[in-house]
Amino acid sequence: MSTRALRWAIPLAVVPVLVLLAYGFRTDPHAIPTPLLGKPASPFTLTAFDGKPISLEALRGKVVVLNFWASWCVPACYDEAPSLERGWQAYRDRGVVLIGINIQDKEEPARRFLAQFNHTFPNAPDPLGRVSVDYGVYGVPETFFIDRKGQVRFKQIGAITDEIMKQQVEKLLAEPA
Amino acid sequence: MTVGAPEIGYALTVIGFALALWGAGAAVLGARGGRPALVTSAERAAVGAWALVSAALVLLAYSFLTFDFSIRYVATNTNLGTPFYYRITAVWGALEGSIILWAWMLGLYTFIVVRRYRRRQPALYPWVLAVMLSVLAFFLLVMTVPAPPFQRLDPVPADGRGLNPLLEDSGMITHPVALYLGFTGFTVPFAFAVAALITGRVGDFWITTTRRWTILAWYFLSLGLLIGGWWSYHVLGWGGYWAWDPVENAAFMPWLTATAFLHSVMIQERRRMLKLWNLTLIILTFSLTLFGTFLTRSGIIGSVHAFTQGSIGIFFLVFLSLVMLGAFSLLAWRLERLRGQSELDSIFSRESAFLLNNLFLIAAAFTVFFGTVFPLLSEAIKGQKVSVGAPFFNLVNIPIFLALIFLMGVGPLIAWRRASAENLRRNFLMPVVIGVAGAALCRALGVGNLIVLCCMGLVAFVAATIALDFWRAARARRRTGDGWLDATWGLALRQNRRYGGFIVHLGILVVALGVAGSQAWSTQTEATINRGASVELAGYTIRFDDLQPVEESNHFKVVGTFTVSDRRGPYTVLTPAKKFYPQEQTPIAAVDYRLGFMEDLYLVLGDFARDGSHATIKVQINRMVSWLWIGGLILTLGAALAIVPEPRRTATRSRPEHAVVA
Repeated sequence: MSTRALRWAIPLAVVPVLVLLAYGFRTDPHAIPTPLLGKPASPFTLTAFDGKPISLEALRGKVVVLNFWASWCVPACYDEAPSLERGWQAYRDRGVVLIGINIQDKEEPARRFLAQFNHTFPNAPDPLGRVSVDYGVYGVPETFFIDRKGQVRFKQIGAITDEIMKQQVEKLLAEPA
Repeated sequence: MTVGAPEIGYALTVIGFALALWGAGAAVLGARGGRPALVTSAERAAVGAWALVSAALVLLAYSFLTFDFSIRYVATNTNLGTPFYYRITAVWGALEGSIILWAWMLGLYTFIVVRRYRRRQPALYPWVLAVMLSVLAFFLLVMTVPAPPFQRLDPVPADGRGLNPLLEDSGMITHPVALYLGFTGFTVPFAFAVAALITGRVGDFWITTTRRWTILAWYFLSLGLLIGGWWSYHVLGWGGYWAWDPVENAAFMPWLTATAFLHSVMIQERRRMLKLWNLTLIILTFSLTLFGTFLTRSGIIGSVHAFTQGSIGIFFLVFLSLVMLGAFSLLAWRLERLRGQSELDSIFSRESAFLLNNLFLIAAAFTVFFGTVFPLLSEAIKGQKVSVGAPFFNLVNIPIFLALIFLMGVGPLIAWRRASAENLRRNFLMPVVIGVAGAALCRALGVGNLIVLCCMGLVAFVAATIALDFWRAARARRRTGDGWLDATWGLALRQNRRYGGFIVHLGILVVALGVAGSQAWSTQTEATINRGASVELAGYTIRFDDLQPVEESNHFKVVGTFTVSDRRGPYTVLTPAKKFYPQEQTPIAAVDYRLGFMEDLYLVLGDFARDGSHATIKVQINRMVSWLWIGGLILTLGAALAIVPEPRRTATRSRPEHAVVA
C-alpha cells in the first residue's frame, strides 16, 4: 500500500470498532422483561405494620399499586418515598389503593423508614418472602400496577417518580371497571 | 444551601478538573511557543490537581470511616455494620470511587513524571505533561459530571445500604490497587509515544526512557490479574480462578499487547526495526486500558461483576475515540520517519522469534476482544444476543499459549540476525532432549491428556534453556575467580534486565503448570448427607458434624462444621458457611479450604435443613492451583530485578554530567 493510502487507512481502521461499541448503547443487557404483564396478579394476604390484614382479593375493582421496598435500599427507595405518599394522597379518593410491601428487612428500621417519610398508606412486611417471589422481584424498589380486573399491567424497576405514577394510574383509571 | 462534606468534595473535584484542563492547555502552548513560563504553570497545575484529588480521596475515606450518609456514594456502599477495613476498601468498591482512585494514581504518576523529567527531557517533556494532564482532566471530568463520588443525599438515611458482600474480602484491598496501578501506568509510555510523534523524535529515545515504566505497569497489571484470580477462587465459591468474563478479559487484553510491546521494543533498541509497530502497540495498550474501563462501566455487555451504569459509557466512548483517532492520525502523519532501517535477515533469528511472539500475542488479544464483543456483533448482524463462553476462548487460546511458551525458550537464546546450525545445536539440542524426556516421563507417570503433555514438555524445554544459559554465564564468571554464589549474584545484578526477564519467564512457566494441572486433574463431588454421615473423595473423608447460626455485624450466617480425615488419619476441620445479607436476594457462599502445594481441599456449603439434620456439600480437590500464586511471587522477584537501574551504565552516564558540574 502506498504511504498516502496508509495515511488514511491507519486512523480509519479504528472506526468500525468504535461504531460497534456505540451500537452497544442501543441495548440494555440488564433489562429483564416481566412475564407477568397482562396476567392475573397473584393473590396474597399479609398483616400490615399496624396489625390490620391486607388482602389483594378484597381490592378487586380498584386500581392497585404494589410497591416493594426495603429500609436498606439506599438511595432509590429514599428517592421515591415522597412520590409514593404524594401519589397516595392524590388518588386515594379516586379508587386507587397503594400498598407498600417491605421485603428482606428488619422490623425496627422498616418502621423508622415509614415514620421518616410519614407514609400513611397500608404497608406490610413480607416475612417469608412469598409475595416477592410470586411477583418475581429482582431488586428493590420495584412497583407493579394492577388494573381493576386484577391484571398486572406495568412494572417499574427502580425508583418511581410523580410522572410515572400519574401516567400509569390515570391510564388504568380511564379504563372501565 | 448547606455546605458539608459533599459540597467540599465536589468543589475539590471541580477545581482539580479546571487545574488539569488549564495545565494541559498551558503545556501545549508552552511547548509550541517555547515559553517555559507556561510549562512551569502547567507543572504547578499538575501538582495542584494531584493535591486536590488526594484531598478528595482522604475526605471520601474519612466520610466512610465516620458513616457520613449525607454522601450518596457512602450511603450506597456502606452501612453501620460494615467492618472497619471494608469501610476503607469501600472507598473504591464501586464505580464513582474506582474513578477517584484511578485519577489519584494518574495524578501520582504525573507528579513523578514532573519530578523526574523536568530537567532531563526538555524537548519531549512539555508534550508528555500535556498528554498526561489531558487524561487526568478526562477522569476528573467523569468525576464531575457522570459519576460524581460526592453527591448529597437528601434526606439523609439513618443507615446505608452496605457494600456488595462479595467485595468484603482482603483481596479487594490489593486487587483494584494493583490493577489500576497497572492500567494507569501505561499512560506514561503512551504519553512519551505521543510526544515523540508530535515532536518527530521517533527514535529509540522514548522507548529507553519509558522502559522501566512499562515493566512497572506490566508487573502491576500481572499482579492485579493474579490477585483477581485469587479473589475469584476463594470468594466466588465455584472453585475456579478464571472464567473469561468480560471484566477479566478487559484486563487481560492490555496485558497481552503490553507483553508484546515489552518484547518488541528490544528489537527496536537492538536493530532499529519495528518503530511503527512499537508505537502501534503502545497506543493499542493504552486504548485497551480505556476500553476495559469503558466495557466494565458502560453496561453494554452484561457481566457478573459489572459496575452499574449511567451516561458514563458515552463519556468513555467519546474519549476512547479521541485517543484512538488522534494517536493513529499522528502515527499516519509521521509515517515516513517510521520506516525501519534494517530488514529481517533470516527466519532463524532472534528477531523473527520475537516477531512470532508478537504475532501470537496479538492474535490472542484479538480473539479475546472478538469473543468479548461477540454478543454485540451478533446482535448487530443477526439481531440475537449470543455469547461465546469459555470453550471458545480455550479452544483458540490454548494452542496460541503453547506456541508462546515454546518461543519463550527460543527467543532469549537464538542468535541475532541469522542463527547458524551450530548455534541452534549448541543452544537447543539439550533443552529439546530434556523437553521430550519430560513429556515422556509425564506420559509414563500416567498423564494422558495431550494438551497437558505438550505443556509439560514445553515447560521442561524452556526451563532447560534458562538453566543452560545461566549455567554457561555463571561458569564464565567463575573463571574470573568468583564462587558460584558470587557469580550468580554478580550476573543477576550486572545483567539484571536479562536475568530479571528469565525469572519472570520462570514465574510464567510455574503459572502455566498450575493452569494445566488444575484443568486436567481437579475433581469434585456434591452430596447431601445427614449429620454424622460422611462423603469421600480422592482419599479424603469429610464428615458433617454440625450446623450453627451466627449473627455478624452486618449479616447473618449459617456455619457448617466438617471434620476431614485423609488416609493417615484426622486432617483438619473446615467450616464453610452461607451468609445472608439483608440487601442481597440470594445467600452468599463462604467457602472454606486448605491450600496445599499439590492440591487444595475446597468445601462449599449448599442447601441445608433448618434443623441441621442434613446438608448439601460440594467438595472439590483442586490440584496445583497454588502454583499460580507461587508463580506470581516468582514473577514479582523477576520484575523487581529487571527494574533496578543497571549499576554500570548509570555510573558511566553520570560521569560526564559531574564533569560538567565540576
